[in-house]
Amino acid sequence: MSNVLVVAELADGKVRKSTHSAITFAREATKAGGAFTLLLLGAGAKAAAAEVVAYGAAKVLVGDDAALKDPVCERLAPSVAAVAQAGNFDVIVMTASSYGKDIAPRVAAKLSAGYAADISSVKADGGKLTYRRPVFAGNAYASCQLTTKVQVVSVRQSEFAAAEPSGGASVVEDVAVSAPDAAAAKIQYLGIEAAKSERPDLGEARVIVSGGRALKEKFAAVLDPLANQLGAAIGASRAACDAGYAPAELQVGQTGRVVAPALYLAIGISGAIQHLAGMKGSKTIVAINKDAEAPIFQVADYGLVQDLFVAVPALVTELKSQA
Amino acid sequence: MKILVPLKRVADPDNANKVKVNAGKLVTTGLEWKPNPFDEYAVETALRLTENGTSPKARQGEVVVVTFGPKECETTLRAMLGTGADRAIRVDTGDEQLDGDVVARALKALVEKEKPDLVLCGKQAVDGDSSQVPQQLAEYLGWPQATFAGSIKSEADKALVVGREVDGGTIKLRVELPAVVSVDLRIVAPKSVQSVHTPATHAYPEGVRFAALMAIMAAKKKPLAELKLADLTTDAALKIQYLDHELPPARKAGVKVKDVSELVNKLKTEAKVV
Repeated sequence: MSNVLVVAELADGKVRKSTHSAITFAREATKAGGAFTLLLLGAGAKAAAAEVVAYGAAKVLVGDDAALKDPVCERLAPSVAAVAQAGNFDVIVMTASSYGKDIAPRVAAKLSAGYAADISSVKADGGKLTYRRPVFAGNAYASCQLTTKVQVVSVRQSEFAAAEPSGGASVVEDVAVSAPDAAAAKIQYLGIEAAKSERPDLGEARVIVSGGRALKEKFAAVLDPLANQLGAAIGASRAACDAGYAPAELQVGQTGRVVAPALYLAIGISGAIQHLAGMKGSKTIVAINKDAEAPIFQVADYGLVQDLFVAVPALVTELKSQA
Repeated sequence: MKILVPLKRVADPDNANKVKVNAGKLVTTGLEWKPNPFDEYAVETALRLTENGTSPKARQGEVVVVTFGPKECETTLRAMLGTGADRAIRVDTGDEQLDGDVVARALKALVEKEKPDLVLCGKQAVDGDSSQVPQQLAEYLGWPQATFAGSIKSEADKALVVGREVDGGTIKLRVELPAVVSVDLRIVAPKSVQSVHTPATHAYPEGVRFAALMAIMAAKKKPLAELKLADLTTDAALKIQYLDHELPPARKAGVKVKDVSELVNKLKTEAKVV
């Protein structure tokens, strides 16, 4: 039996979709008994609570404070740790987004808790939780247990499907926000530079159109029409980002995002191990590359050996004609 | 500025797909040991922060590298001394198994001895892929942390402006030293690291530097100290226990299609995704 604290990720006063993967984890970890509680920390957390009262949480705890407006670990982690202790939680879970991976290990250290990162599944047996997690860039999976009573985990958004509402209405309660770490006084949050995009987030997209260095300066010109046609997010390989053809935040792989959409189209991507680490879990993989020997074809369900500058426009036309 | 860089050796990451599993244990036999790539980026960053770009020999401060493990790990340390680090420490761990938390607590004790202004780490080791030591070390020290740095600008060696690569963008933080910073791969782009000692116009070659033969020879004379894990922490109890390993399920063999109309047809009728 486990009592699980799910730490939500808030952005602009809204609960990010990534949180729903941590809720799915919590439902699975409490199958054999126990309950889970949601914790929302940030400016506007109180208003955001309404978004998550129908997911089966015993409670939704809210620490609404303007001082928590920006994602600064040294301000957030003390409150997470204090709530975890006050509520006697056994497991504290965050989604392994850049937000969760920044905060969760620090929380674990505060609680002298073991930490299992990036887990892909959880099993409750004999009163113990066993976690499965990818290692070696996803080339092997390890089963592990934490030896401490209090445990902190981060879960892969690509492996835990987003939770759907289960009905009911959780009680919403305010919690006191803790004083920040002394180190917070040494940190100034200067802001975030983010490209505005109308496309779905890479972590949430059903379809991703991803491009490599071969696209050169025509990265957007070639991929935009295909992504528009499919309602897809756009991703990129490291080589395309390094060469400046695509912005860094589109990168999929060991650096960048780990994704598992229903359909992943790799366009002009050779398939380095570091890229495969970020997309190998996709349900259906399509590779278009003129090099028949490219390693990407080893993981592709459908491979098309053709010049992408010919194939992609033809693909757009074909999809339109069959739509 | 004095910078401490923790290093780990890992089984050749470019051949990670050759990792095998035997009776639930990982087998990396046949894979060469390499420095963890993200740690190499941290060393490169430390060198860039402590030198004048035009004359790399004029070190403005000190770069100390440290690793945990058996005698053979000294090869990794020597390689980093060859690229320019000033001094190395090997923490001998005997046959002891480690986890990230033990390493973070031992590093805390080492930092208290060495008193660096900055600890620069790779954002994760590409074998365990946990990404936890930098954050936990920062907590144990009570220092600020800046994770996943893609750019660093130092202000008079007293503070850093760090560009953190996060989902969907870049967060800019100004962090007063001492601090713990973990680096991501774009930190080794030509203009990602700017120090007060280097002209703003200076562009480094892309990636990490390689040691010249002369430097490798000279590195043999650089100091390499040995400590015991017990000198740093008496509590080496593991917080994570690995029970079993397995290879990921193999993807079923794919097919080559002859043209886009066959592709669209398969996506519609077989995969049913469009």
